[in-house]
Amino acid sequence: MTAVKPYGDATDDGMVQMSFTLPLADSARGSQAAAELARKMGLAKPHVVHAKAMGPDFTFFIVYGATHLNVDPDELDVPERDFPQLSAPEINRLIREGLKRRFVVVGACTGTDAHTVGLDAILSMKGFAGDKGLEYYSEIEVHNLGAQVTPDEIVEVTRDTRADAVLVSQVVTQRDAHIHHLREVREALEAAGLRDKVILVGGGPRFAPEQAEELGYDRIFGRGTTPSEVASYLASKLDSRKTAA
Amino acid sequence: MSGFVRPVGRLKIDRAAVEECRELAAEIAAPVVELARTHTTVSLERAVLRLIGVDGVEGEGVEAVPLPNRVVDETTRAVGLERGVLVPFMNAVETGCGDIGATAEAVARGEQTPTWPEGMDLEIALERARRESEAALQKISRARSIRDEIVGQIGEAPKPWFYEIVATGNIYEDIPQAQAAAREGCDVVAVIRSTGQSLMDYVPFGATEEGFAGTYATQENFRLMRSALDDVSTELGRYVRLTNYASGLCMPEIAAMAALERLDMMLNDCMYGIIFRDINMQRTFVDQHFSRMVHSSAGIIINTGEDNYLTTADAIESAHTVLASQFLNERLALEAGLPEEQMGLGHAFEIDPDAPEQILLELAHAQLVRECFPNAPLKYMPPTKHMTGNVFMGFLYDGMFNLTGAITGQDIILLGMMTEGVHTPFLSDRDLALENARYVFSGASSLAGELRFEPGGDVERRAAQVLEECRLMLRKVAEIGMFAAIEAGMFADTVRTREGGRGLDGVVRKADGYVNPIAEGLERSLGVGR
Repeated sequence: MTAVKPYGDATDDGMVQMSFTLPLADSARGSQAAAELARKMGLAKPHVVHAKAMGPDFTFFIVYGATHLNVDPDELDVPERDFPQLSAPEINRLIREGLKRRFVVVGACTGTDAHTVGLDAILSMKGFAGDKGLEYYSEIEVHNLGAQVTPDEIVEVTRDTRADAVLVSQVVTQRDAHIHHLREVREALEAAGLRDKVILVGGGPRFAPEQAEELGYDRIFGRGTTPSEVASYLASKLDSRKTAA
Repeated sequence: MSGFVRPVGRLKIDRAAVEECRELAAEIAAPVVELARTHTTVSLERAVLRLIGVDGVEGEGVEAVPLPNRVVDETTRAVGLERGVLVPFMNAVETGCGDIGATAEAVARGEQTPTWPEGMDLEIALERARRESEAALQKISRARSIRDEIVGQIGEAPKPWFYEIVATGNIYEDIPQAQAAAREGCDVVAVIRSTGQSLMDYVPFGATEEGFAGTYATQENFRLMRSALDDVSTELGRYVRLTNYASGLCMPEIAAMAALERLDMMLNDCMYGIIFRDINMQRTFVDQHFSRMVHSSAGIIINTGEDNYLTTADAIESAHTVLASQFLNERLALEAGLPEEQMGLGHAFEIDPDAPEQILLELAHAQLVRECFPNAPLKYMPPTKHMTGNVFMGFLYDGMFNLTGAITGQDIILLGMMTEGVHTPFLSDRDLALENARYVFSGASSLAGELRFEPGGDVERRAAQVLEECRLMLRKVAEIGMFAAIEAGMFADTVRTREGGRGLDGVVRKADGYVNPIAEGLERSLGVGR
């Protein structure tokens, strides 16, 4: 594959559309400033097609322009999903044969966030978008602890239930609170000597899978994750552990 | 051009079925109201203290505890809460320095203990309790008349009212944002709360500059924002309303603060906390009844939370649960003396845009709600669940929501943000949302008065189906009772038990001799109670 450029209405024309707000009054100078900004971003022949005052101090712009840059997709390092999507019977069978008992999952929202919508979508029977939650799987035992659960409480339940996996959810966040809270749970599990005994999974709309390493998690799931993806991951992980051992 | 109308009688619905739904709702509500009349809660008693002027904190920084919490806790420890906080506290006032604020501080520091007085002392404490309660009720009515006066002077905003959310965490940043939104055309500003406040069993004190995905509801924040909106209302020549959230463990206290600081609308649903925040159902029902009496008396429009049923469940399959909840919210509001004109019953435009005939279905649902509640200022919520990163599609989707709202005469329009699925709104997202809404509502404002739905057509058939499903659901709930229905997971497929959830330890059965002249005064003036 060779390098590509954006496609407007002809190959390699490099056409890009963007919109932004400047803290300037709507004026000829404001529009000039928007065009100049686009030029500095590397867009040739920037065309300010729309400028609208938003109160006396701000203007909204829509700008088109051509970029001279291109990108070669083959040179990129793209993390591929390293587990197969499995069906419910396959997942149940992997657990049955691999563990010879039910797979225990502890899930919680931690920190101040009171939103359990993400956690419930993954865990509860009802699931999300027609995809049944982990409670639906006969070989998975779910302990849904709800919202505002402290790291110590998570550790306690993890120990008491001899959990195989811990799921930590964060939905509403501000100033990177979600990152901080996930780290707290990992540290608490480490301090209790449980970190290596569980598959530690974080999830929420503000996370990206690449963050797993920096957070010290086995897996991070982002926006739009379905329960069956999580179940597939857990079952595959179990399978690979067994083969490794 | 006739402007805003609430189109009623445009869609043929089974009026007998609507009547039956109302009767069932009354039957279902009766034990809930009985529970509320025979119980009090720590937060209800704290609200009473706030209304008579107990405010402030004891201690510093993160250790600070609000005085109403300290007084209620000390009273509970000394004499129990079964007869209310007011008499023991007034006894402390009367046998102490005579001043409410100073006595609250003394009790908080452990220098004075609230006790139940006897004989003459009881008469004196009762007399003071009655006097302070009377003054508290007057404060509420004074705030209400000030609103009426201001609206009279500077003018009412024409309907529908455009409703926008502001939430920076810092009240001093919220204020210029709210004022800017008002100048751009927003009629109702909602300051969303810091996440997690609903589960806190106290209300923070003073102006706050730190919050998570929202700003703490405090009395000082309420005052600051209302005052800033008064300034901008005068500048614009239309009264801009302020909304907050009377929900969670401190629902009655927040309602009291809203009444004192002249907030205009409050989110106040009869089941939201139970279902979506796992707050104990008894706590919620007791708190809710008192909160609604306060709202009613303060002229505050409540906003109910039926939109939440559709963000977790399918909006076609669960359409009837919205209607059922509206009938229940209506009944429980009436039981608290809240007139129809203050019932901002909620619903939402949440059908999957890939579903066949989804706009027709939305229209049927919205018109059905309008027909069932002709005098309620309905609050219509834009799509959120199926909003994606495709902001262009999102903008059109919001436009269709606006058009449906215009055709069916919805009063309060929460503006849809095309970046709903992406981030908290940019300045430009709000501006585009207003441009979208203005375009549709100015272009279609009179359309509502012109349209009729085809007799026997698809809209009529769909409305009939939803109404029938609602009736069957309410029959089932009536059969087993409200508490058992929630325990059976009949609302939003969520199971909550009578003894489960947060806050049950703050619910107290009233004993003989319970004194609460504020609640009694509210019941008297609103014509509710026994």
